[in-house]
Amino acid sequence: MTTKHMTRKATRHISQNEGLIFEKSSPGKAAWKLPPLDVPEVDTAKLLGKQERKDLGNMPEVSEIEIIRHFTRLSTWNYAIDLGMYPLGSCTMKYNPRVNEFVARVEGLANGHPYQAEKISQGALRIMKTLSDCLLEITGMDAITLQPAAGAQGELTGLLMVRAYHEAQGNARKKVLIPDSAHGTNPATAATVGYAVENLKSNERGMVDVAALAAQMNEDVAALMVTNPNTLGVFEQEIHKIADLLHEKGGLLYMDGANMNALVAKARPGDFGVDVMHLNLHKTFSTPHGGGGPGSGPVAVKKMLAPFLPTPVVITKADGTLGFEYNRPQSVGRVRAFYGNFGMFIRALAYIFANGPEGLRETTEDAVLNANYVRKGLEGTFDLPYDTPSMHEVVFSDKLQSKKGVKTMDLAKRLIDYGFHPYTTAFPLIVPGALMIEPTESEPLEELDLFIEAMKSIAEEVEEDPQYVLDAPHNTRISRLDETAAARKPVLRWKPETSVL
Amino acid sequence: MLQAIGIRSVDELFAPIPAEYRLKNDLSIPRQMAESEIVDWFKQRAKENGEGYTSFLGAGAYFHYRPVVIDALVQRGEFLTAYTPYQAEFAQGTLQAIFEFQTMISELTGMDLANASMYDGSTGAAEAVMMAVRVTGRQTAVIARNLHPEYREVLNTYATHQEIPQKLVSFTASGTVDLKELERAVDADTACVLIQSPNFFGTIEDVEAIAEIAHKRGALLIVSIAEAASLGIVEPPRQADIVAMEAQSFGVPLGFGGPYCGVLATKEKFVRQMPGRLAGQTTDKNGKRGFVLTLATREQHIRREKATSNICTNQALVALMVSIFMTVYGKVGLRELAKQNLAKTVYAADQFSKHAKVLFAGAPRFNEFVVQTSEDPYAINSRLLGHKIVGGLPLKKFYPELGNAALWCCTELTTRSMIDTAVGLVAESERSVRTMKDVEPEEVAR
Repeated sequence: MTTKHMTRKATRHISQNEGLIFEKSSPGKAAWKLPPLDVPEVDTAKLLGKQERKDLGNMPEVSEIEIIRHFTRLSTWNYAIDLGMYPLGSCTMKYNPRVNEFVARVEGLANGHPYQAEKISQGALRIMKTLSDCLLEITGMDAITLQPAAGAQGELTGLLMVRAYHEAQGNARKKVLIPDSAHGTNPATAATVGYAVENLKSNERGMVDVAALAAQMNEDVAALMVTNPNTLGVFEQEIHKIADLLHEKGGLLYMDGANMNALVAKARPGDFGVDVMHLNLHKTFSTPHGGGGPGSGPVAVKKMLAPFLPTPVVITKADGTLGFEYNRPQSVGRVRAFYGNFGMFIRALAYIFANGPEGLRETTEDAVLNANYVRKGLEGTFDLPYDTPSMHEVVFSDKLQSKKGVKTMDLAKRLIDYGFHPYTTAFPLIVPGALMIEPTESEPLEELDLFIEAMKSIAEEVEEDPQYVLDAPHNTRISRLDETAAARKPVLRWKPETSVL
Repeated sequence: MLQAIGIRSVDELFAPIPAEYRLKNDLSIPRQMAESEIVDWFKQRAKENGEGYTSFLGAGAYFHYRPVVIDALVQRGEFLTAYTPYQAEFAQGTLQAIFEFQTMISELTGMDLANASMYDGSTGAAEAVMMAVRVTGRQTAVIARNLHPEYREVLNTYATHQEIPQKLVSFTASGTVDLKELERAVDADTACVLIQSPNFFGTIEDVEAIAEIAHKRGALLIVSIAEAASLGIVEPPRQADIVAMEAQSFGVPLGFGGPYCGVLATKEKFVRQMPGRLAGQTTDKNGKRGFVLTLATREQHIRREKATSNICTNQALVALMVSIFMTVYGKVGLRELAKQNLAKTVYAADQFSKHAKVLFAGAPRFNEFVVQTSEDPYAINSRLLGHKIVGGLPLKKFYPELGNAALWCCTELTTRSMIDTAVGLVAESERSVRTMKDVEPEEVAR
C-alpha cells in the first residue's frame, strides 16, 4: 500500500502471544491463600459419603503474576471505547464514566444482600426510587420496573404486560406487528410470548407505512413494536397517527428504546402516544457493555398497564420509608430473581447526576450533531439509500463499492486496520449491505475527522485495489477466521488431547 | 460543525420531531452534580444499606471473598468498554476468555460443554426447561418444590405462554426431593425434571436416583446449582442432561441481587438446542488458532421469531469475574475453599442445634441449614439487627408449613465468634420464650 493510505490513527505495535490458561497450568502453582480454620476440621468423606467430590478435573493451577499477565495480554487483543470511536449503530457505544465504576463498588452497596431487611436497605431502595423517578420524567411515562436484566428481557416483560392487559379486557389477541426495519430480538420476543409475528413494510422514506398499517390493523393485533428513531436513524414523523391507528382498534404501541439517545431531554415517548417501552441502561445511560453484558432493560408504561408490572415494585410507605410491594394480583410475575441488575442502576443514576437536565439535553444534541457531521462527510463517497434526515445515526449502503465486489463486511474489516471498530453491518434488513454508523456524543471533532478520512481512504482503495480490501484486516494479530469450520465442527471447550499448540 | 453540515443551529436537526412533541422546558430531574457530590451521595446511601453488618443470609446470593485481582483486571478498559465480540479479529481477548469460561464451567459441572452465560440462575433454569421441551418434543415439566422459590416464580412467568404445564414435587423429612412422589409425577409427557442441588434448604440431592427416574421415562434431568462453591467438594450432577448454574459465588459482588452470572451446561448432543452465545475455536487463513462466536443460527439476530430464545445480551463482564475467580482458586483452592464453608456450617449447625431445632438433618448439606425456633424469626432478626447482625432468611413466606423456620448460611468469611454471638442471641430469645410458655398455664390457672 502506498503511504497515501496509511492511517493517522493507528500503527503496528508489539502484541504479546498468550496460550490458553490451561496450557500454563502445572501442579503446585497457586494464587490463593485461606486464613487458618477457626472451627474444628471436618471429615468430608464421612459427611458427604458418595457425594464427596474427589477431583476437579482440568481446572488450572497458576500463580498470581501469570493470572495478571494472562488476562492483561488477552485484554490488549480487544478494541474498546477507551481506545477510540466505536460507531456501532443502534448499540450506542458511548463513554463509560469511571465515577460510575467507583460508586458501584462502595462497600455498603457492593455487599448489600438482596434479602436483608428493608430497614437496612433504604440506601438501595432510594437509589432504585430516584432512578425510577428520573427515567419516568425522561420517558414521560407513568410507572416503571427496573427488574429486566437486559433489553431483550425488557421486551419480553413489556409484551407479557401487553398480553396481560388484553387478557384482562377479555381477549389476548393473536399477533404483533413489527416493521421490517426492526432489530431481531423484536420478533423473537413476540414469539416467546405466544404471539404470531406480522411484518409491516416501510415506505420509500424508511418510515412505517401508515396506509399499510391502517390496512393491516384490526382487533387481532395486540401491539405494534416500533423503534423510534428507527434503525435507519429516522424519526417516525407520523408517530402520533401510528398511535391513533393502534388505539382506535384497542391495540397498544410498544417502543423499543434502543435509540433513546436521540431523544433524551428533547422529546418524550409518553407524549407521542407510546404505551409501553423499554430502555437499555447499557446504551443510553452509559453503563459499560463489558464485552457483551451485563445490560439492564427497565420497562416504563402508561397508567393502565401499571397493575401488570412484575413483582415486587418499590413503594413509599406510610411512614415515609421505602419498601417492596409483593401483593399485586394482576402482575405478570417475576422475570428474574431479586430486583434486577442493581449494579447497573447505580451507574445509570451516577450518569444522570453527572449530567443534570442541561447536560442530558446537550448530550442528545451532540449525539445528533455528530451523526449528521459524519453523514455530511461521507455523502457522495457512499450510497445513502434513504435521504430522510438523520437523528443519532446514519445508514449508508455498499452499493457503490459492491460494483467492485467489495461488501460492507469487507469495508468493515478494512476499517479495523485504520484503528476503528467497524460500524453495524448486520441490519436493518431493509438496506442490503448496510453501513449503520452511530458516533454518539462522546466523540471529539478530531476523532470524527479521522473516521471520515479513514472511510474515504477505504473507498479509494476499493477503486484502486479491491483485493487488498477483500483480504483485510492486515494489521491484526490474526486474519479473518474460518467461521464455517467453527460452526460445522464446533470446538467449544479446551481438552488436553485436542489442544492445538 | 454546524457550517460543515450547512445549518445555523442544532435545533434544525431536531425539526423531524413534530413541534408539539419537542420539549420546551428542562427535565425535572436533580441538578447537575460535581464528581465529589456524586461520590458523596452514593456513600450516604451505602451507610443506609447495612454497611458494617454481619450477615447469615444466603438463599441464592452468597458472600464469599473476592480476590482483589478480579477488579484490577475487569476494570481494564479493553474488557470493560468493549462490545459483544462479533468482530472477532478485534475481540480475541474477550473471545478467548469466554472459551476458557466455557471450559472451566464444563469441568466443574461434569458436562460436555457450557455457553457464554445467561442473565442469572433463575432465568437460566427457565431457559433450560424450554430447551428440554424443544429436545424432547414433550410439554410437561416436573419441578421440585425445594427449588429456589424465586426461580420457580420466574419459570412460571416464562412458561405461561409456552403452554408448559408444571407438576410440583414436595420434599421429605430430610429436605430432599420425595422420590416416591417424583416417580408418580414423571410420565410419558414429561419433558424434564428440574431440581436444585444443594437445594434451597442447603441439602444435597441424590442426583443419581433422580436421574434414573427421569431417564426411565425418557425425560431430561435439569439440575439447578445456586451455590457454585459447592462444586469444590460436592460431586457434580454428571447424570444430568442440563445444568443451570448461578455462578455469583465465584467472585461476583452481592450487589443487592445483581448483576449475577447464570450459565447453562449440557451434553454435546443437545448443543444446537441450547440458547445463548457460544465461543468456538477455529483457525485463520494462516492456520493460527483463534476464537469466534459460533452456532449463531440458533440466535435471534439470524433466526428472528424462530430462534431458540430471544436472549441477546449476556453477562460477559460478570463471566470474566467468574473466570478470574476460578483461575485464582483453581483445582486445589476451590476444594479447600469448599471445605472451609463446610466446616463453618457444621460448626454453626451444631451450635444452633443445642438451643433450637435444626431441620433436615437426614441428608448431607453444604453451607446452608434451616433452624426452627419457638419465636417468630422476624422478631429474632429484628433483635439481632440491634447487634448489627443479619439473621437467617425467614421461610414463612415461601414454606408456611415449616412454621418459625429460617434459612441460615455460613461461608469461609463467617468467623467462629460471629457464629457464637448469633447463636448466643438466638439461645437467649429461645430461653425467654420457653420460660414465658412455662409460666403461662399457671397464670391461666390462677
